[in-house]
Amino acid sequence: MDANLEKPSTVYERRAGKRRMPTEVTIFLVLVGIALVYEILGWIFIGQSFLLNPQRLTIMILQVSVIGIIAVGVTQVIITGGIDLSSGSVVGMTAMIAASFAQSASWSRALYPTLTDMPFIVPVAVGLLIGLAAGFVNGWLIAKTKIPPFIATLGMMVTARGISKWYTKGQPVSGLTEQFTFVGTGIWPVVVFLTVAVIFHIALRYTRYGKFTYAIGANPQAARVSGINVEAHLIKVYAVAGLLAGLAGVVTAARAQTAQAGMGVMYELDAIAAAVIGGTSLVGGLGRITGTVIGTLILGTMTSGFTFLRIDAFYQEIVKGVIIVAAVVIDVYRQKKKRKA
Amino acid sequence: MPVSSSTMAAVHASRAVPNAEYLLSAEGVRKDFPGVVALDNVQFRLRRGTVHALMGENGAGKSTLMKILSGIYTPDKGIIRLKGQEIQLESPLDALQSGIAMIHQELNLMPYMTVAENIWIRREPLNRFGLVDHSEMYRMTDNLLRRLNIDLDPETEVRYLSVANRQMVEIAKAVSYNSDVLIMDEPTSALTEREVGHLFQIIRDLRAQGIGIVYITHKMNELFEIADEFSVFRDGRYIGTHASREVTRDDIIRMMVGREITQMFPKEEVPIGDVILSVNGLSDGCYFKDVSFEVRAGEIFGIAGLVGSGRSNVAETIFGVTPAVAGTIAIDGKTVNIDSATTAIANGMAFLTEDRKDTGCLLILSVLENMQIAVLQNRFIKAGFVQEKQIEECCERMAKRLRVKTPNLQERIENLSGGNQQKVLIGRWLLTNPRILILDEPTRGIDVGAKAEIHRLVTELVRSGVAVIMISSEMPEILGMSDRIMVMHEGHVTGFLDRAEADQVKIMELAAQ
Repeated sequence: MDANLEKPSTVYERRAGKRRMPTEVTIFLVLVGIALVYEILGWIFIGQSFLLNPQRLTIMILQVSVIGIIAVGVTQVIITGGIDLSSGSVVGMTAMIAASFAQSASWSRALYPTLTDMPFIVPVAVGLLIGLAAGFVNGWLIAKTKIPPFIATLGMMVTARGISKWYTKGQPVSGLTEQFTFVGTGIWPVVVFLTVAVIFHIALRYTRYGKFTYAIGANPQAARVSGINVEAHLIKVYAVAGLLAGLAGVVTAARAQTAQAGMGVMYELDAIAAAVIGGTSLVGGLGRITGTVIGTLILGTMTSGFTFLRIDAFYQEIVKGVIIVAAVVIDVYRQKKKRKA
Repeated sequence: MPVSSSTMAAVHASRAVPNAEYLLSAEGVRKDFPGVVALDNVQFRLRRGTVHALMGENGAGKSTLMKILSGIYTPDKGIIRLKGQEIQLESPLDALQSGIAMIHQELNLMPYMTVAENIWIRREPLNRFGLVDHSEMYRMTDNLLRRLNIDLDPETEVRYLSVANRQMVEIAKAVSYNSDVLIMDEPTSALTEREVGHLFQIIRDLRAQGIGIVYITHKMNELFEIADEFSVFRDGRYIGTHASREVTRDDIIRMMVGREITQMFPKEEVPIGDVILSVNGLSDGCYFKDVSFEVRAGEIFGIAGLVGSGRSNVAETIFGVTPAVAGTIAIDGKTVNIDSATTAIANGMAFLTEDRKDTGCLLILSVLENMQIAVLQNRFIKAGFVQEKQIEECCERMAKRLRVKTPNLQERIENLSGGNQQKVLIGRWLLTNPRILILDEPTRGIDVGAKAEIHRLVTELVRSGVAVIMISSEMPEILGMSDRIMVMHEGHVTGFLDRAEADQVKIMELAAQ
């Protein structure tokens, strides 16, 4: 290894021009590949185009928007070398609580009859705050008590789900104001997803917040010696993940025009899968939002394609499982290759 | 002819192979690590029923040799003989089954298992149903411990035992393999005086039973108390073997340090300015106590001492990585409260840590990201955004100045050689324009060329008025570079030496006590 490095011994040449092909390009090609397979199978078996159906594509993106919003937060957590299992449950919890502040006065069974017909900002703010608080608790536990992220967020996963059931004793929260449900109509969830993705893509790449996130994931000791307040930063990252889960909860409730305690079940696993398929390494220090967005679209395309081909949902889960593992295996090999390069 | 590992058991069984002059011997052993020759044409001969001490400074090659003899490393060259038979050890298990057992500095016991389970792991006695026969295992352990005069309950979980008692368990385990050779790596480093006495009694008993004991130590008095013979190593070379009765302390020190300073460092006389850093009565409540010193602008202040003397811990505490329990730190005469690396950096300090991989490099990130991480604490930020262009240009200039060899700044740091990684880390700190630079083993494990460059750079820095604290295990480096040297031993400062009066023997005397 050393010998190879000595060869281009022109002392530090100005950037030799060829950066490596970014991981995202590879993942994007995978996405295109999957879509093309469906396209071909579609023509053969159903006599329809998969891609040339804007409606299908819109629905597909709509369906994964909520997963995508969570995945943006989860990606950041995974980059620090952690994991967040609680995001699905936090979606459920915030959906319930936010919806309870968004009920219309015309609905006879409002949870807080005195607090009906509130301006749209109130339920949204409540949802975001609840999510932020859940994330903060996760981060605080991990940073201060040093328990593994897996355990801290597992605890939050179970607790938050419990809270969403306890909140109305299992009853759904309905009769939401139109002002509120507007966020879930049309293309809005996709807009929210992409806005969040752009914001955090920029934050991760161009701000100190991002640089520190990668540094902590790559080597927490070295990050600490370099003057980074690792504990405070971890709390920040988990709080951001919680905030985004809260946002996803608001969108979910708005889109369904009701909230139920079972909302968001298993979303955390889809979000982790999207991040991992998108090239985020579970070891920490590596990963990008662009990859996660593509990873989310891959999950969406797969689901949509199975429905399109009228294949049983059971197969869908089996294939999804295989793809997640394959993505990680490929990533491990890719990392190994980079190390030797 | 080398014997394969499968026949080792047979060799071992024939304890009868008589009168081989040496129980264990190694001839012409060589071991290369990337960039370093750890052992060069080394020999070692252990007689039956003796305690043989290995002496040498840090990095002399003692531990590498022992790792070869216990099957952890394979030598690149050389012959190892056990009772006259040439052997090749493929793994630690292989060595153990041949009768060579090593007791490591970090004990390798399983804390939640009992003494008996730890000793007989992998060899548990089974009953007729094929299940572990615990009562038989406890009985065997009891016999073994009684034979060794070790007073322990076989059913205690190891986590409840003191370090000394854990060591006894390790010894019992080694003996349970009917080992002929027992290798102990600084076994007394964590023991109290009474425990040391007990350990020595057990060593004497084992010796009387004909077992050969290899005893690695830094402590002179132990050598005279327990060792029959000793071998000295220096810079990966074998220096000599003597009977401990025939030599004095001074002889041994001379053998350990008797090298000439072969490399000349570009030491320059730099005008020394005012006191920048003063440390007063600093303790961390664990590794060092009551450390006081001052460092001036333009001065290179060396800290010498053996591994474990607390040198690095002092640096960590000054830099706020581990908290102090007593003492004060003042910069420019003003007492400062440094509670984290962040405040240390804000106070103009920089700290190149000892372990490049563990606490230095962000291995999977690029050279650029590695270099910029410390300076981002307080510079190159505008309206929350990192000024990518400016910082990249700055890093490019720094990489050029330090002559970092890398295809580009986007290369992952883990693909660079050790010397170039070190340069990147030095660059990380120079970007913060430090006034006080702490260097912990700045040239460990890097090639000679990079070493000289780093020394030249340090000289350049002190010329510009930076105060440098340099911790190093390498005598030539510490003697060649330092204006003043503080020597530590077991957490205490044992003396200060000026450049004019310092030499290897004086440092060794203060460091080894």
